[in-house]
Amino acid sequence: MSSARNMIALKSILHKEVHRFMRIWVQTLVPPAITISLYFVIFGELIGSRIGQMGGFDYMSFIVPGLIMMSVITNSYSNVASSFFSAKWQRNVEEMLVAPVPNWVIVAGYVGGGMCRGILVGCIVTLISLLFTEIQIHNIWVIIATVALTSATFALGGLINAIFAGSFDDISIIPTFILTPLTYLGGVFYSITLLPDFWQGVSQINPIVYMVNAFRYGFLGISDVSLIAAFSVLGGFIITLFVIAMTLITKGIGLRS
Amino acid sequence: MQNALEISGLKKVYKGGFQALKGIDLTVKQGDFFALLGPNGAGKSTTIGVITSLVNKTAGEVKVFGHDIDQELEAAKSYLGLVPQEFNFNQFESLMRILVNQAGYYGVERSVAHERAEKYLKQLDLWDKRNDAGRMLSGGMKRRLMIARALMHEPQVLILDEPTAGVDIELRRSMWEFLRELNSQGITIILTTHYLEEAEMLCRNIAIIDSGVIVENTDMKSLLAKLDVETIVLDLSVGGAEPKLADFCYRIIDDHTVEVDIKKSQRINDVFSQLTEQNINVLSLRNKSNRLEELFVSIIGSGAANENKPNGAQ
Ligand SMILES: Nc1ncnc2c1ncn2[C@@H]1O[C@H](COP(=O)(O)OP(=O)(O)O)[C@@H](O)[C@H]1O
Ligand SMILES: [Mg+2]
Repeated sequence: MSSARNMIALKSILHKEVHRFMRIWVQTLVPPAITISLYFVIFGELIGSRIGQMGGFDYMSFIVPGLIMMSVITNSYSNVASSFFSAKWQRNVEEMLVAPVPNWVIVAGYVGGGMCRGILVGCIVTLISLLFTEIQIHNIWVIIATVALTSATFALGGLINAIFAGSFDDISIIPTFILTPLTYLGGVFYSITLLPDFWQGVSQINPIVYMVNAFRYGFLGISDVSLIAAFSVLGGFIITLFVIAMTLITKGIGLRS
Repeated sequence: MQNALEISGLKKVYKGGFQALKGIDLTVKQGDFFALLGPNGAGKSTTIGVITSLVNKTAGEVKVFGHDIDQELEAAKSYLGLVPQEFNFNQFESLMRILVNQAGYYGVERSVAHERAEKYLKQLDLWDKRNDAGRMLSGGMKRRLMIARALMHEPQVLILDEPTAGVDIELRRSMWEFLRELNSQGITIILTTHYLEEAEMLCRNIAIIDSGVIVENTDMKSLLAKLDVETIVLDLSVGGAEPKLADFCYRIIDDHTVEVDIKKSQRINDVFSQLTEQNINVLSLRNKSNRLEELFVSIIGSGAANENKPNGAQ
């Protein structure tokens, strides 16, 4: 009885979340497509042709997986951050709080919504990249697992951000000052083996390095880090962030006075 | 008959130390039409917030149909439908989606939810707007949308926090009619108001709250019976001498209007005979309908009640 009710509640949240980003597709789906096309043109076509090979592949093929992963990360994060914060701000989050929806369903619903957007944008970007280069697939399962776990990780991050946020500024601070730098330094545009030893070491603590490399392995079969390390990092992040999100919602931080 | 709601020893201290509720006890019977009456800032919304788990309580117990909100929160929640004081729906979603989603949170299947949404949107005169975004509605429509939303899971108890604030008279009456109809179907209704006539028109039982304390909790009839003064307004023929009324408390408003307070022990007839002796004719008479207001003043002191007088008299 109660598990059937939870399933319907979960579907409702998911439905609402997907409908939200589809309704405002000009703000949610078009910008990443444009950004990534620019990256392909500038870094892939114009500059990439002068760079030559990276990790044994031409530069365009090398950066495609990283660019897809970059759009998955930003979109799953910002979807949940803006949607949950706006639900707080308009107070329609109360619709869920008064209803018999367990907290894990709220978390799962929003994270699921963020994953849907991240993965959909990932697919759009992948299709666009086909205009510029051929894509080879080394291991489809690694690709699927990496994209699912990465989008879940960042959707959880976006949720936690939104729980703490008190204004719309607060949900752009983390993406601007943390997410973007970590992504650029996360081996999207270069192999970290090119870095001096010290910076290679520093890169090891950047979680995005693991995600980008696991994802790239799925396409090209090359990676700067081991897959086991990559999936352990992803699993560890998801568990930790999930526990944090659950604790915050259960305590009602930013939700109940 | 079972109790729909039992509150005991409820306290709330907000962050910053303000004590909004100072130990409240309340019982609402199943099927009741119950008013929580009090001036602004009395703690009505805080009480509703605790019942509906939007506000964390500091101490005390709340049970909904016997389910303690600390132990069986989800069971307790499923009995309740809330119409909050502030608009709290997604302004960018269509009415239909707002309703169907809300039903989903309570485990109502989408197909069932669509039928119910149609039913309530039609009953509440919102059907034409079903595909409009929430922000397109007028204030009264938004309020009705929130009533429809609160009914989507067919709750046993409907809680309305100042439902007619900012709603014009015409709509207010049709809303009252709608609530009476729901109550006659067996739904327990709890409403908060600082609009006194509303409690009198609708409710069978009433609690009066002031500064976080319940100062009165009784049925409407005995509450009204407690009031032993009625005020009548007399319209007098112009030109005569100023009326004088022995033994009555009265106020001369202008040269042809006088207000007289009549205690239970006094008779209106005596007013007439005294005026006749002074050769003053009474052209018309009306009851100044402010019994509850006076009661309010006598219970909680005049300061708090002044702003709540709908006619602003005196
Ligand atoms: N989130 C809050 N933080 C601090 N004080 C609050 C908060 N919400 C309400 N209060 C205070 O608690 C008192 C009761 O408020 P409320 O329950 O909204 O009154 P009512 O609904 O009867 O008008 C008021 O003095 C109000 O200022
Ligand atoms: Mg209030």
